[in-house]
Amino acid sequence: MSNATRLVRALVIASGLALPTAALAQDRAPEAPAPSTPALPASDQNDQKTLKPVSAFDGIQDETERSIAIFQETGKVLLHPRCVNCHPAGDRPLQGMDMHLHQPPVQRGEANFGLPGMMCNTCHGPKNVPVVAQSEDIRSIPGNPNWHLAPIEMAWQGRTLGDICRQIKDQDRNGGKTLAELVEHMAKDDLVGWGWHPGKGREPVPGTQKQFGELYEAWAATGAHCPQS
Amino acid sequence: MVNFTLNGRETTFDGDPDTPLLWVIRDAERLTGTKYGCGIAQCGACTVHVDGMTARSCITPISALEGSSVTTIEAIDGPEAKAVQAAWSAIDVPQCGYCQSGQIMSAVSLLQFNPAPSDDDIDGAMVGNICRCATYKRIRQAIHDAAKTLEG
Repeated sequence: MSNATRLVRALVIASGLALPTAALAQDRAPEAPAPSTPALPASDQNDQKTLKPVSAFDGIQDETERSIAIFQETGKVLLHPRCVNCHPAGDRPLQGMDMHLHQPPVQRGEANFGLPGMMCNTCHGPKNVPVVAQSEDIRSIPGNPNWHLAPIEMAWQGRTLGDICRQIKDQDRNGGKTLAELVEHMAKDDLVGWGWHPGKGREPVPGTQKQFGELYEAWAATGAHCPQS
Repeated sequence: MVNFTLNGRETTFDGDPDTPLLWVIRDAERLTGTKYGCGIAQCGACTVHVDGMTARSCITPISALEGSSVTTIEAIDGPEAKAVQAAWSAIDVPQCGYCQSGQIMSAVSLLQFNPAPSDDDIDGAMVGNICRCATYKRIRQAIHDAAKTLEG
């Protein structure tokens, strides 16, 4: 076989192999890429998804210890990204279970409501809105009539549960609330309640707001003691 | 049925209450100056004004607009809008232009709140409006230019 014949034969074989693939590529759209793995998987530990009832703490004889244990239970909610994301230590809100900086990169602004031209209500309406577009990680835009960032004195990001406990009791750092008003706020406030109904594509905080409120009532009734850390 | 004002005209929409405002503006009312970019409130191409504030029309359900006043790029007016239009033309801000109606709606809103914005103020207001042609430098310049003309 001459070199020229070999070359022709090789070309015929190569084109014969390539042709069906090319024809297939024209007939079909490319396969969609596999969804990427979220940076942090949703918590699947049942204990972290529910709140214990107040009665679960009846066995703790010492009232201070009982108070602290009850507060620690509410910490499952307070320290959840759904809550901390809007109680950031800086001037930018956070997003997602991995608590990354909010995109678009919006700023707190003087009234904790964004900057002129890009205030919170540019995107966040009075309720959660499922998106029409296809998006791997944004299934809805969260909303509430009172949507805004917690003031900087109410920042929780990076603080221990004990620090947050002392902070939320401190009227200089809790919006001037008495203990009774604080309990009422936790139990009834609509924006706090958003955490249990955060919209499509977001993990809610554990338990229910009713249970959360009951734990706060019990915490207040047992002296509202705080954990050391 | 939702009743609202669109560019000063009483408008009624009788379709699905979950329909995004952008669909109503473009498909029902045939005002195509407002653009669809991402559909997830990340790019700003669909920005309009609702009751004088910027809003992303792609994620605003029409049901939320009962009694509201919506202004689109076709009808934006007033001293700030005129200043922005002149400044945009003077230095040819747009390149492909797709994002520009959203950019202009945000820029006008910024100037309505703050007639003499700093670079930081401009960045803060415009941070949610993405431009694939990267005309950001000219956008910032044009906003400063518009602000200067508003001074007098």
